[in-house]
Amino acid sequence: MTTISEAPAVAPNAGARKLSYVKAFNEGLAQAMREDENVFVAGEDVAGYGGVFRMFDNLLDEFGPRRMIDTPISEAALVGLGVGAAARGLRPVVDLMFMDFIGVCLDQIVNQAAKMKYMFGGALSVPLTITTASGAGLGAAAQHSQSLEAWLAHVPGLKVVMPCDAYTAKGLTVSAIRDDNPVVVMLNKVLLGSVGEVPEEIYGIPLGQAHTARQGSDVTVIALGRMVGEALAAADELAAEGVEIEVIDPRTVQPLDTETMFASVRRTNRVLVVHEAVTFGGLGAEIAAQIQDEVFDYLDAPVLRIGAPFSPVPFSPVLEKAYVPDRARIAQGCRRLLERS
Amino acid sequence: MAQRASTASKKTTQVSTQVVKDLHERMVRIRLFETEAGKLMEAGKLPGFLHLYVGQEAVAAGVMAALRDDDQITSTHRGHGHAVAKGVGFRAMYAELYGRATGACLGRGGSMHINDLSRGMLGANGIVGAGVPIAVGAAFAARYKGEDSVAVSFFGDGATNIGAWHEGANMAAILGLPVIFVCENNGYAEFTPQSGHMLLTDVADRAAAYGMPSVIVDGMDAVAVHRAATEAVARARAGAGPMMIEAKTYRFFDHQGVKGLRHPYRSDEEVAEWKSRDPIDLIEARAVADGTATRAELDDVWRRTREEIADAIAYAEASPLPDPADLLLNVYSG
Ligand SMILES: Cc1ncc(C[n+]2csc(CCOP(=O)(O)OP(=O)(O)O)c2C)c(N)n1
Repeated sequence: MTTISEAPAVAPNAGARKLSYVKAFNEGLAQAMREDENVFVAGEDVAGYGGVFRMFDNLLDEFGPRRMIDTPISEAALVGLGVGAAARGLRPVVDLMFMDFIGVCLDQIVNQAAKMKYMFGGALSVPLTITTASGAGLGAAAQHSQSLEAWLAHVPGLKVVMPCDAYTAKGLTVSAIRDDNPVVVMLNKVLLGSVGEVPEEIYGIPLGQAHTARQGSDVTVIALGRMVGEALAAADELAAEGVEIEVIDPRTVQPLDTETMFASVRRTNRVLVVHEAVTFGGLGAEIAAQIQDEVFDYLDAPVLRIGAPFSPVPFSPVLEKAYVPDRARIAQGCRRLLERS
Repeated sequence: MAQRASTASKKTTQVSTQVVKDLHERMVRIRLFETEAGKLMEAGKLPGFLHLYVGQEAVAAGVMAALRDDDQITSTHRGHGHAVAKGVGFRAMYAELYGRATGACLGRGGSMHINDLSRGMLGANGIVGAGVPIAVGAAFAARYKGEDSVAVSFFGDGATNIGAWHEGANMAAILGLPVIFVCENNGYAEFTPQSGHMLLTDVADRAAAYGMPSVIVDGMDAVAVHRAATEAVARARAGAGPMMIEAKTYRFFDHQGVKGLRHPYRSDEEVAEWKSRDPIDLIEARAVADGTATRAELDDVWRRTREEIADAIAYAEASPLPDPADLLLNVYSG
């Protein structure tokens, strides 16, 4: 699969200015809008209100109503607006508020945006960015908490990114906007307020390039989105027990940088994949299959997957907590892998 | 040919003393349920989202008083008022807001998903517009089974911009189903005023596109809503097909939650003006003035309801949490 070898234009450096995840997203978007006059934003309550998650704060002031557009609650028309405008050379950023709402506009995403370049024989491209908030943890229940990256990653023609922190929220957003393909940026609701070091200048993080968030020799943990932080916490816990975990953040789940994962597996010989989405049919299955296809001989134990049970996201906090994978389950999984080999 | 059945007349309507009392009680029940839920939310006791219905009580009360228990409703993200007015119990509702095992959804759903099949409450809904086609299906089932129940779909002005709404309306019309489309037009979709999301002044105009009659009512006047609903229900029950009611109303709290009431999107004057037309104040003033009820009788409704609510909150707080071992409960049947 695709691997892009350039390093990120700007690395987060110690001592850099700190910014929240949502503000980092907002800054990246604003800088991309300054960079390219063709970038505009459309969505429900994105302009006047600044977005229900404050993702679009202050952008109306700077860019005005020509480039910041409040739309009716009409997601199919909203994505379609983006597809048509992109086909005519603009670079729309369309916001879907909650990822669950892709249910009402999936045709425009899957059958239109994703297939247009292909069906036009390459005569046009669809540089559309879809932003949305995914994930459980806010008691938002079954229709406002899903992680549906596997649905989208399954569709040729779409790209999907899952920022795990403020630095990647900004860099991946900029790259999504600069990319000539439809890209879905899955922000994580629980991470919105989390703070990290973020360079002030505009920078893109290459799509399709995984990041080794922590180096270790005993187990490779491949973690998506919010699970990166949980995996790093699990790694700290295990380090105290003398176990060294390598944590890989794919950053982009489509295209998926499997080379970085394979290289890690060759060193650690054990893999755990963790995501917030339901385990069944989740990206863990794809990643595990590719690993066994390519680096089976290096494995000392079967690839282990951790995800959510095969159930809608429950409301009650006690159930929701049990539902979403966490650092304890990741640490437990790593211990199991070590016991099996 | 579709026609606007006219804007409902403002003349005082001939409804019985009993109906006025019924409407009043339903509204008080909603108001107290909501304001207490708001307090619990502010106190940090409730997880998740809370879209309060306060201000719009006359719509739920007026419509539901025209329905039978076997009539079905589909609701919205702002669904507590519909549930309360349809007769869903306070205990199950509060327990659900608390995420307890005894809740209406066994703690799985929360505020946006409260339902009760035994009351014909086919669910609040987290997806705007999604309840509309479901009501059409419920009406289809009634006719299919040879029953004379009707289905009512509640939705906001904003929801009429979504594809499912239009498809549902057309489907109901073309199949001639007993569905009543009730638009609770509170003037806003989240923070966007109606003028910012459609060029129509009256959402009811949309009904004409599907060959459906419509009526516009004062959504702060429970009696007016009730009269329109009674006519629409009678029509639908008699097999004359769907109809739309647009009730002009207002939500007193913010789109979601209680805190902040940050409404730069609407002026304090506008909020105050609508609050001066509080639907409960209106019905109480009228009831006392025309001798329908004494102040003491009305106060008694508030008192009884308060007691019932205190009991329900205590019940919810004492209820067990769901067992995480049951995470897969009800994902499938059988
Ligand atoms: C398909 C979909 N899009 C967006 C949302 C987010 N959302 C929840 S409520 C709401 C506004 C609904 O406005 P309206 O239908 O007028 O109802 P009101 O809130 O005024 O009662 C929006 C946009 C959603 N829940 N579902």
